[in-house]
Amino acid sequence: MRWVNHNVRRGNAIILGAIPIVLLILLYLFVAANRHAINPADKILPLPSQMVEAMSMLVLQPDRLSGQYLFWADTLASLSRLGIGLGISTLSALLVGLVLGILPPVRAVFGPLVTGIAVIPPIALLPILFIAFGLGETAKVALIVIGIAPFMIRDIAAHIGALPREQIIKAQTLGASSWQVMIRVALPQAMPRLIQALRLSLGPAWVFLISAEAIAADIGLGYRIFLVRRYLAMDVILPYVAWIALLAVVIDFLLTKSSHSMFPWAHRSNR
Amino acid sequence: MSTLSLRNVWVEYGEKIVLEGVSLDIEDRSFVSIIGPSGAGKSSLLRVILGQEVPSRGTILLDGEALPPECGPDRGVVFQRYSVFSHLSVLGNTMFGLECAQAPFAARLFGTKRQAARERAEEMLVAVGLGDSMHLYPSEMSGGMQQRLAIAQALIKRPRILLLDEPFGALDPGIRSDMHALVTKLWQDYALTVIMVTHDIKEAFSLGTRVLTLDKRRHDPHAPHRYGATTVYDLELTRNARADATRDDTEDMSAGFPTT
Repeated sequence: MRWVNHNVRRGNAIILGAIPIVLLILLYLFVAANRHAINPADKILPLPSQMVEAMSMLVLQPDRLSGQYLFWADTLASLSRLGIGLGISTLSALLVGLVLGILPPVRAVFGPLVTGIAVIPPIALLPILFIAFGLGETAKVALIVIGIAPFMIRDIAAHIGALPREQIIKAQTLGASSWQVMIRVALPQAMPRLIQALRLSLGPAWVFLISAEAIAADIGLGYRIFLVRRYLAMDVILPYVAWIALLAVVIDFLLTKSSHSMFPWAHRSNR
Repeated sequence: MSTLSLRNVWVEYGEKIVLEGVSLDIEDRSFVSIIGPSGAGKSSLLRVILGQEVPSRGTILLDGEALPPECGPDRGVVFQRYSVFSHLSVLGNTMFGLECAQAPFAARLFGTKRQAARERAEEMLVAVGLGDSMHLYPSEMSGGMQQRLAIAQALIKRPRILLLDEPFGALDPGIRSDMHALVTKLWQDYALTVIMVTHDIKEAFSLGTRVLTLDKRRHDPHAPHRYGATTVYDLELTRNARADATRDDTEDMSAGFPTT
């Protein structure tokens, strides 16, 4: 049987998918144990017990200086920045993308501008944002928005622009005005695509968040990682990275689920 | 009385001439089939009548008034594909036209108005044979059912003219003959004026009361794009509406040929 025809059953898929992850963890443990056998004070590849010890300080005990539980405060700060950034991006992608996609005159006027903004590397704008908005929350959220909103806008506009012409014509023969075509034909069909675009933007959004926090912040997951880097504190960095990965996977999973439950029509195979 | 009049209509794309000098009068309640070779401008003619395209020369009158240069609810259309909304259920697709007319801003109806629209839509769906499928989405339906839905969606607006652009081209032969019977029945029941573009000559003659053939009258082998197509045959068929209702389209088609 050809490999392209080998479909894996669901139960087996979970087991197969777990194999490389487990192997990687085993490899890490093996190498870390080896290093510790040679040098018990090794900081580069900490053992799980050291990670638990270091993290329990951050997770379970309040910081002596600020009185906060640092791990949770970091998570909350980062997630709220990410949430606001993603929210603004999604909303503007929906509004601008919809109008750009469905109204040719608007596309003619603003299309080149959006494309122009989209090709600027967002990190290059970070100094401008810090100068304009200061070092507070606004600049960090603005970096996320500038980083992902243009991509999402273009994606939604292209998706709307690619709707079959027949549908737009048909809607007009049924008496629909531009506004009605927009909210009844284009908007609902943009929604599943919007969630798709949001999922694809999650990765870049995390990149911009961590970058902004690394450069100027006093709290946040990215801030903590870059802070403890000075002490080679891999026992904190590795659990933080794993936590970020877990958060990202959970958000992605929730988005996929919500798309399936809210827009079932978009996930059926078309004949 | 003549419903639709085309006066010397030309369609040109830059250098390329697609239609030249098309003049037509289409009577109320007629069923006009348009046939012709590929690239003869059948679909262009339909798009011009629909208002999707503006002719480069000439005028089109509907009930004596010039057509506005865009689509409107007076001309319904069924395309070969993509004429239903994949994000709406069968019922939602059918109610769309009513909702647009009655709720300019929200484009949705609520309460008793919604109930009334729903009843009209259900009635329409029963008429096209989709009475049992009202809550399905288009992706769950066969091609034939989608075309039935597209017809119901168009007819609920009671258009002056129904335009069909190769509506049965993508369907199986068996389904196609069912659709022929349905369209004939609806044409009579709703007193429709239908213009249908088709590739299928048999279909054109068995359904139509009039068959128009588009083709180029002249041909320049060095510049084939410089002459456009026009109506080269215009056949009035003596189609007895009553007899046709029961006739199967697989019957001998000589019954449909012109007597003139």
